[in-house]
Amino acid sequence: MTQPVSPPRDSTGKVPQAGDPPAWRAVLFRADVRTWSLLGVLAALVLIGGITKPDEFLDTRNLQLVLTQASVIGVVTVGMTFVIISGGIDLSVGAIVALASVWATTVATQEYGFGGILFTAVLVGLGCGLVNGVLIAYGGMVPFIATLAMLASARGLALQITDGRTQIVTVDGVLDLGERDAYVLGIPPLVLVFAAVTVIGWLVLNRTTFGRRTVAVGGNAEAARLAGIDVRRQRLYLYLLSGLCCGIAAFLLIVLSGSGQNTNGNLYELDAIAAAIIGGTLLTGGRGTIVGSVLGVLIFTTITNIFALNNLQSDVQQIAKGAIIVAAVLVQRRTASTT
Amino acid sequence: MAPEPPLLSMSGITKSFPGVRALDGVDLDVQAGEVHCLLGQNGAGKSTLIKVLAGAHQPDTGTIHWRGEAVTLRSPIAAMRLGIATIYQELDLVEHLSVAENVHLGHEPTAAGFVVRGKAARTSTARLLGRLGHPEIDSARLVGELSAAQQQIVSMARALSHDVRLIVMDEPSAALDPDEVDNLFRIVADLTADGVAVVYISHRLEEIRRIGDRVTVLKDGRAVAGGLPAKSTPTREVVALMTGRNVEYVFPERPASAPRAEPVLTVEGLSRRGEFDPLDLQVRPGEIVGLAGLVGSGRSEILETVYGARRPDTGRVLVDGRPLKPGSVRAAVRAGIGLAPEERKAQALLMLESVTRNVSVSTLSRFSRGGWIDRGAELGAARAATRELSLRPDNPDVPVRTLSGGNQQKAVLARWLLRGCRVLLLDEPTRGVDVGARAELYAVVRRLADEGLAVLLVSSEVPEVLGLADRVLVLREGRVVHTAPARELDEHRVLDLVMEGSPAS
Repeated sequence: MTQPVSPPRDSTGKVPQAGDPPAWRAVLFRADVRTWSLLGVLAALVLIGGITKPDEFLDTRNLQLVLTQASVIGVVTVGMTFVIISGGIDLSVGAIVALASVWATTVATQEYGFGGILFTAVLVGLGCGLVNGVLIAYGGMVPFIATLAMLASARGLALQITDGRTQIVTVDGVLDLGERDAYVLGIPPLVLVFAAVTVIGWLVLNRTTFGRRTVAVGGNAEAARLAGIDVRRQRLYLYLLSGLCCGIAAFLLIVLSGSGQNTNGNLYELDAIAAAIIGGTLLTGGRGTIVGSVLGVLIFTTITNIFALNNLQSDVQQIAKGAIIVAAVLVQRRTASTT
Repeated sequence: MAPEPPLLSMSGITKSFPGVRALDGVDLDVQAGEVHCLLGQNGAGKSTLIKVLAGAHQPDTGTIHWRGEAVTLRSPIAAMRLGIATIYQELDLVEHLSVAENVHLGHEPTAAGFVVRGKAARTSTARLLGRLGHPEIDSARLVGELSAAQQQIVSMARALSHDVRLIVMDEPSAALDPDEVDNLFRIVADLTADGVAVVYISHRLEEIRRIGDRVTVLKDGRAVAGGLPAKSTPTREVVALMTGRNVEYVFPERPASAPRAEPVLTVEGLSRRGEFDPLDLQVRPGEIVGLAGLVGSGRSEILETVYGARRPDTGRVLVDGRPLKPGSVRAAVRAGIGLAPEERKAQALLMLESVTRNVSVSTLSRFSRGGWIDRGAELGAARAATRELSLRPDNPDVPVRTLSGGNQQKAVLARWLLRGCRVLLLDEPTRGVDVGARAELYAVVRRLADEGLAVLLVSSEVPEVLGLADRVLVLREGRVVHTAPARELDEHRVLDLVMEGSPAS
């Protein structure tokens, strides 16, 4: 009974086996109703953009811009998705992005060049995540409160570092990444980073013990504990992961804007949470997908772009975003109750 | 009795929940001014019956007459308006509100319809508390600062703040010290003298003898005896009514000879203050040891402490003679202990996940290299483990929430089977499992024991413990009052022990 049990020989074709099909096939063909409906919404948006502003919206440069803008918030959202699936929340992501971006662009840091900026951004992100994680996992603080405190403190520290000034980046290697010369097959490097984070996030969530434990902790923390999972350590890792994503996003933002500002990442926490929610992640934990969250980010970014092209003000955008969140959650509740 | 109609008359009440018929045609008559006791084993339907009476559950069929008129108790408020108040076992007070605010919650004395007249509320609360013999409770204090006994008094004051004709008390003495119980009985006597009827639920026969007028015995959702005289009906007769099942469970054969191997699980002097006294026990491979006792006797607490989910005050747990780190689930799991907890859905299962993922969750590292899960191996192992237990449907990809109670329990067992655990702790293993599936689950547990597992079983169903276990420890209020091989005990004897505390028969 204690020996490992060998796999059965007569499993049906539907059941995943060793030598799985590649990940993209799993994503596309085993996608559920929710994923398809999000893809439908995105397609509809592209259609609307193409009809209302055919020349401007479908222009390669515009599409590159949309994807680039999606990249920064997208990387943050991948980390946020893990945290929410585990039953937590990270309100400090925007503030961490701000702090990491200004810390990484101080005169002192810039002396170390490209590596110094990247290293500092990632390290600051991880450091903030570590504080969040320790407070929540071992200090027993409610995630909402701990990360709210981090939001306030990190923003304050970012302001203190910059004294409210924009820190211009003078390191050529960093600035070059944002130039057209650096595009790979027409794809901006920032988008490639976003794509890589998405793929890695998907693999970690769906193919590793870390992902499985995240879902278990979020689905039923007591059951996870009684099953022998170290729930606290898992929580610590999750906030570290979110911090890491914020650090990467901060670096992308530095490349994108050529500067570091203490106002960076404003309200990222709300955008990331909203994208995860419309992507089908349960705010109560236990369920969520990376693909859904990324589609949520793309939907939001595309809307912003279409509205801007059509000269609609940001107030209208905000209202539309709110309506989409409500609609998405209502649709999900219906599909959840019928399945 | 009285020529006028009874205060309350329930007849033919049935109530079904998915998979269970909780009440199956129950009749209950209550006269004004009497103490009517409800007696029955766990799961006999007492709670469901009082919830119907409180308007919290709607009966499927049956009629309720209140002072001779047919009524429908659509909601708790409707029941309260008629004058029916219920004091639940789990006190339903708001800790952060004051005594007076709790007493008047939902019907605050107001001025102009919405301004709460706090002083009036405090005055009337103080009057009620005085009537209940507890004028020392300050009506302005927060309920969270009061003792359990005082909170009980506040609950009672709340019931009396309505114009009440009938009070239902669900095991009111469970949390009380002996002198507080005396005060409770005095209150009950005062109430009945005023013509208020009391429906009193208790496991303690001696209480029923002291204050009860009549007894109705419930068993398997039926009233097997209604209106027996509480003081003169012999204990043996009451116990016989509570037992004597209609459904005979089929239990697997015990092995011919008792296992001789060295004990795999040893518990030495384990205790938790207020929950259970120091406990010693040993379980050998191949042996099933049962803990029998009522709710509140410390059964589940013992299992959870052995498992490390609660930290013991004294004593230790040893597996193969090696002591475990106290209060650590991970240490227990590593040493080969597995728990199938009482609240399967809340404590064991990931309801949104597939059977495979529920089964593999304690064994993930075995199917992974560098954190990377080999899902083929995972699925194969989960499939083999669930097949060994004949889990239905034979497809580990289905969500665990679609399974029946018995198959969900098998999924939990498969988790530990896959882990290769050597000690299995079963807490109410057949709760929520329908009768037909129980025999199969019993057979599975016995087979696992025959294959060398040590099993520690807790159940509130005495026949289950007697039928399945080799050896039985009878618990009463956190103390082992009797230990014997299961074949030397019968249900009457065990019920006598858990209710009276001494081997009376």
